[in-house]
Amino acid sequence: MMRMITYAQALNEALRECMRQDEKVVLLGEDIGRYGGIFQVSAGLLDEFGPQRVMDTPISEAGFVGACVGAALTGMRPVAEIMFIDFSTVAMDMIINQMAKMHYMFGGRGRVPMVLRVNIGAGRGTAAQHSQSFHALFMHIPGLLVAAPSTAYDAKGLMIEAIRNDNPVIFVEHKKLYNEKGPVPEESYTIPFGQAEVKREGKDLTIVATHAMVVRSLGIAEALAREGIEIEIVDPRTLTPLDKGTILDSVKKTGRLLVADEGHKTCGVAAEISAMVAEEALYYLKAPVLRVCSPDTPVPFSPPLEKAFIPDEKDLLPAIRHLMEYV
Amino acid sequence: MDIKNDRLCGLYTTMLKIRLFEERIIDLYARGMVPGLAHLYIGEEAVAAGVCATLREDDYITSTHRGHGHVIAKGAELNPMMAELFGKKSGYCKGKGGSMHIADMAIGILGANGIAGGGLPIAVGAGMSAKWRGTDQVTACFFGDGSSNNGTFHESLNLASLHKLPVVFVCENNGYGISVSQEMHQPIKDIAIRAIGFDMPGVVVDGNDVIEVYKEAEKAVRRARAKEGPTLIECKTYRWRGHHEGDPNQGGRYRTKEEIEAWKEKDPIKRLAQKLIVEKIILKKRLTALEQEINEEIDRAVDFADKSAFPAMEALYEDVYVQEGEK
Repeated sequence: MMRMITYAQALNEALRECMRQDEKVVLLGEDIGRYGGIFQVSAGLLDEFGPQRVMDTPISEAGFVGACVGAALTGMRPVAEIMFIDFSTVAMDMIINQMAKMHYMFGGRGRVPMVLRVNIGAGRGTAAQHSQSFHALFMHIPGLLVAAPSTAYDAKGLMIEAIRNDNPVIFVEHKKLYNEKGPVPEESYTIPFGQAEVKREGKDLTIVATHAMVVRSLGIAEALAREGIEIEIVDPRTLTPLDKGTILDSVKKTGRLLVADEGHKTCGVAAEISAMVAEEALYYLKAPVLRVCSPDTPVPFSPPLEKAFIPDEKDLLPAIRHLMEYV
Repeated sequence: MDIKNDRLCGLYTTMLKIRLFEERIIDLYARGMVPGLAHLYIGEEAVAAGVCATLREDDYITSTHRGHGHVIAKGAELNPMMAELFGKKSGYCKGKGGSMHIADMAIGILGANGIAGGGLPIAVGAGMSAKWRGTDQVTACFFGDGSSNNGTFHESLNLASLHKLPVVFVCENNGYGISVSQEMHQPIKDIAIRAIGFDMPGVVVDGNDVIEVYKEAEKAVRRARAKEGPTLIECKTYRWRGHHEGDPNQGGRYRTKEEIEAWKEKDPIKRLAQKLIVEKIILKKRLTALEQEINEEIDRAVDFADKSAFPAMEALYEDVYVQEGEK
């Protein structure tokens, strides 16, 4: 029986392993050292690797994200933590104008092998500046790779791959998953980017789900199986590159598509996947494509409003019922 | 500190090369051979020449949108530079970057940068990287008076001083952020005083006196290499041309003719030429010959660029990502 560890522990293990193997791997971020990172992802690493390699930075997101770009260009493999994706906006020039496009802009001269860790997700009562899920924004920018693990197993494998990859990676974690446990091998492994996983097989309807929406969809799928509705759940695992093949194969099999992502509905991950299926598999569809996402509002503070904001079973179930009305 | 005669001649050659290269751009731009934007450095040559003469080939620079001078002084070759300005495949960035993005990791050019203040955190990262890798490489970071109002300036100086990084911050104060004069964008006269807030030395130099620039840069580089930390050098200078080619009357909308003429009197190249001749370091005849040699080199670069092919259409999709196994 494989041991069970949390998503946060799996990430920690990946960081530790990469740092042990390659001294070019260094960590930077706010409160990642003594404090261990606010979600404890870097806990204990300062003790093992010292303050040179686990750097508690000043509150200067543009400064340290940009420094990672410079360090990566000159031979290092930095991993930076942005405490919440919300704070990435103050470093957006460094991410979009520098990190993402230097390799292209310099005609292939220079590469930026760095990882920028961010996290998304509402549900902790932290209102509109600590709960956003705008990871789709990074998917919009050529030059960035975007990882989106939904399980502890994927978190470890994708992180090791991200650190070893020669491209800049935006590593999008989900804060409601940090304490979710799952089976994770002790040995090293990587998950290649661009390989979706079918998290559950089914023949009636495809849900392409990301992050916590995978967990929420799996719960519903089990319940509906008792009614004889077999739902297939595809987790892309990386949004860039996106494994179109697995998604299209699933849609061709089931004929019904629901895309579930915690980002905003407009111009979001789900919008992109829906459009891709419309372009490439329209005639396989028995029903319109539906999206279950966050509404196009900032994240509210008040608990009942926040609950209404978070896309979950209350949104998934009617969407599935609606799709099943088409034969 | 006495500067050896051959060093003085070297400084002169670099400045003249920058001047003649840029004067040629004026003509090529007017004739439509150089597309896009060309931000010329004419008048400011002493800064790039003075600073870069204190650097080794394995040292780094970060440059700005007005970067031709910096990269020539750091050792960039004119053929691929000119070809890049023409948008040709044989250019430094295969025609993908243009005038504002010349980069060459092999000689420490971490890229000219189209974002004001964009290079500062990258320079800090190169400084961190040298420290992590245990080398004594120094990074010179060029930026303008306008950029020094940007958050990245403050974040970068703080980080560099905190970690005693081997970075030399070189502010080229040419008095204008595009059309906005320094008195309209800063309540202070000397940007160098901002160094106090970061506990690092800050000096003001006559940016049109290459010898003075060289001497201060030499001190700062020595300090950086000895791991004593960064320095801020403010070079007071002036651009003769407009913000970019095409800026009406060489910036006449926001500057008086008298002001421009007064600064032309302080031409850094003429000043050094006079010294070289008066002190019999070089014969006037030799200076004339030098000008001819450089012009011939530029002729060859123009010819090379003109005869080079534009990139093939497939190049549009190349170098967005580093491919696996790519060297």
